[in-house]
Amino acid sequence: MNALKKLFGGNTRQFGMIFALVALIVFFQIFTEGRTLTPGNVINLFNGNSYILILAIGMVLVIIAGHIDLSVGSVAAVVGVTVALAIRDWGIPWYMGILLGLALGALIGAWQGFWTAYVGIPAFIVTLAGMLLFRGFNQFVGKSNTIPVPNDFQYIGSGYLPEVGPNTGFNNLTLLIGLAAVAFVVIGEVRARRTAKALGAEVNEAWVMVTRLVLVCGAILYATYLFATGRPGTSFPIPGLILAVLVLIYGFISAKTVIGRHIYAVGGNRHAAELSGVQSKKVNFMVMMNMSILAGLAGMIFVGRSTASGPFDGVGWELDAIAAVFIGGAAVTGGVGTVIGSIVGGLVMAVLNNGLQLLGVGADLTQIIKGLVLLAAVAFDVYNKTQGKKSIIGMMMKNFGRRSEELTPDETTSTKEVISKEA
Amino acid sequence: MTTPTTRKDPVILEMRSITKEFPGVKALSDVNLRVKAGEVHAICGENGAGKSTLMKVLSGVYPYGSYSGDIVYQAEVQQFKDIRASEHAGIVIIHQELALIPELSITENIFLGNEPTKRGVIDWAEARRRSLELLARVGLREDPDTPIKEIGVGKQQLVEIAKALNKSVKLLILDEPTAALNESDSQHLLDLISGLRSKGITSIMISHKLNEIEQIADSITIIRDGKSIETLDVKGDGVDEDRIIKGMVGRTLESRFPEHTPKIGEVFFEVKGWTVGHPQIQDRLVCKGSNFYVRRGEIVGFAGLMGAGRTELARSVFGHSYGRFISGQVFKNGKEIRMHNVRQAIDAGLGYVTEDRKTLGLNLLDDIKTTTVSANLRAVSKNFVVDTDKEFTVAEEYRKSLRTKTPSVEEGVAKLSGGNQQKVVLAKWMFTDPELLILDEPTRGIDVGAKYEIYGIIQRLANQGKGVIVISSELPELLGLSDRIYTIFEGSITGVLNKDEASQESLMKLMTSNRKSA
Repeated sequence: MNALKKLFGGNTRQFGMIFALVALIVFFQIFTEGRTLTPGNVINLFNGNSYILILAIGMVLVIIAGHIDLSVGSVAAVVGVTVALAIRDWGIPWYMGILLGLALGALIGAWQGFWTAYVGIPAFIVTLAGMLLFRGFNQFVGKSNTIPVPNDFQYIGSGYLPEVGPNTGFNNLTLLIGLAAVAFVVIGEVRARRTAKALGAEVNEAWVMVTRLVLVCGAILYATYLFATGRPGTSFPIPGLILAVLVLIYGFISAKTVIGRHIYAVGGNRHAAELSGVQSKKVNFMVMMNMSILAGLAGMIFVGRSTASGPFDGVGWELDAIAAVFIGGAAVTGGVGTVIGSIVGGLVMAVLNNGLQLLGVGADLTQIIKGLVLLAAVAFDVYNKTQGKKSIIGMMMKNFGRRSEELTPDETTSTKEVISKEA
Repeated sequence: MTTPTTRKDPVILEMRSITKEFPGVKALSDVNLRVKAGEVHAICGENGAGKSTLMKVLSGVYPYGSYSGDIVYQAEVQQFKDIRASEHAGIVIIHQELALIPELSITENIFLGNEPTKRGVIDWAEARRRSLELLARVGLREDPDTPIKEIGVGKQQLVEIAKALNKSVKLLILDEPTAALNESDSQHLLDLISGLRSKGITSIMISHKLNEIEQIADSITIIRDGKSIETLDVKGDGVDEDRIIKGMVGRTLESRFPEHTPKIGEVFFEVKGWTVGHPQIQDRLVCKGSNFYVRRGEIVGFAGLMGAGRTELARSVFGHSYGRFISGQVFKNGKEIRMHNVRQAIDAGLGYVTEDRKTLGLNLLDDIKTTTVSANLRAVSKNFVVDTDKEFTVAEEYRKSLRTKTPSVEEGVAKLSGGNQQKVVLAKWMFTDPELLILDEPTRGIDVGAKYEIYGIIQRLANQGKGVIVISSELPELLGLSDRIYTIFEGSITGVLNKDEASQESLMKLMTSNRKSA
């Protein structure tokens, strides 16, 4: 019992949220009679959700900074259609198309960032306007038609790692990536432990770390196995690869860099941040701009996957992305949240979607269940906080870089503040 | 259960061996409190001693069952399950942070949650009539239709009391009622509390201002480390400030200020003709052509009443972080410098510790180590990547040198007591290595022991050859700490006095007069 607590609770809470995900996967694996964890389904799951997860990365930064972005679906759509048209009508190569899309995303982001950061209009309003505006642009530019994209552009949305090297029965590149990930995790953990020890901070017993590493590496290797043994021609999907790279980059930025610190500072207490020399307008501008760039990227990946741009691309994406972020432990009031948490939150929704589909549950029921899961996840967290216990999601996310502090009433924190922080 | 007893009981409230635990902390252990009917009973103790927790137990914020011990009120054991229950029994608590709604009028606030109705519809005429009555009782001459946001903090405090009177209060609890008030508003409030006493309303008052306690309280209960230490009878025991301090800290402080021999060097920082407009109101000036200078190793005090423009002056100099800049020059080491934002001010060697820790000074979601480095991330980062090991080491150094009481620098700042939070804020600014550090109300809401330590830190900074500006509403603090004191009145600097020529009287005269300094 104590051992379990040490491994999964206590000081090693970081696996908690992932366990919710694992439990969900196991549940569906059993009830779909093994159709969940097949190479085909897992690849499909990643392909079909990578663009939402990419949006969640941008969205968590926006939400940490204390804003929200409702326009991401429309931005994705307008970027998608513009790129598709540019490739078809101007004949630019696919990579120029991607650059154009990112530039357009940046331009749109600058527009929204300008109104939010420098004029001071709440992001909710700015992006609500943007949602209408860019949906309109999408249909105006594309004349509400479907515009196909060439095969080489489709690669970013539906491509796979190529087959190289000797025939091992696996996809060699996927295998290499999996092994690299394992090495990365092991080396990272060992080094973190060593420096923590050197600085005199608390560390766990060796067996805790070893067991944890075995579990994580096991999961990575199993995923690698699934991806590497799919139908011939399939392997680790390109959108998944883009996602993984983005998670690494943004996870690092948010936890370890100066700009990351500034985003948390502005979201946590803008006045205090400003009086510490943080240029909050710049931070807000960059966060909003970054979101639109990622929305543009997500839009292009979606167009690549669906082989054409359409007038209703990206409808409702903003809500999926926001849901992922909140399930992942972010706070509506800003200052709290993690990139990894949001990805896990997004995966919970994705697995749920996928599993229910496999079970033949209709779209109506699926929506109902997803809505309840979102509400339950956040309600559970809020309930735990008001009971003076630790926030479940917060403590699960504790070691994912940033922590969300629970506030206990004390002499210097009035009840009102505690309540407002919890809200 | 809460029917008032008609029998005259000299003891209105008795709290018997109250123990309250939070996960991992025993906030109160075996606390006893006896309050006589019709007295003003002060509760003193350092921050974190458990005063507010005790009052929250009493008023039902922490419901019956979440603590152990008995509350005997009006000769009956009470089991309040929420604030409503305690209010019903006539116990009303006024929190340090006022619970008024800025957008609503005085009347609407007074009757909030308690609206007089006629057939289910709010009877505003009746409400207005009654609020006029209540305002007269608390001595507030304001139109009851005035929105709360348009009256000052002092008057808001009076509205809170009017609200309590409306609930036919028998026991009024005031948590740091004068913390945010200037001298004259404080005096008015204290007079009102004694007025209520003569009408038979018992008050419990938590305050750090010992002179006020000495002035108004009939008895004092001292709480230290979650335990009730003693109850003093002010008249009978001949209690003075030193006696209270002794009880609070458990030892006599020989002096409220550490020994310090200033080593004052040449003038290195000078502000000339500093004029700043109000951020919203077009023609209003918050600083009117202010001139001042600071010498190396000097502690300069800024005295002025609330709203005189002390904070406005400091913040506008600190990278134009307040108001509309109109004119003025800043010189450092004889050369003019320009600071258009806080970043530039920090780079120019300025630091500013804000007046209000919780809304302006700290991100309460942060932990100690991130807060410590937050104003100087550059020093712990390389190519925009934060070196978390270095961050930890820096925070650890300051924790040791400032003697911050915390289990670890990874603890959240929200969990620290006021004094320790202030130490973290000081660490944050010390880490930027400023040449001039401006401290705005550095000891507000901080207990006596921690104050002494903070004075020591300020003096240490001055000894290192830094200039320090201290803005404070507490004149004894300025007199004890500063080498030279400027007085500010309505946006103008009205005078400057050296330590040896300043007294509370001479400062107060300059703080309330319009005459320009010679």
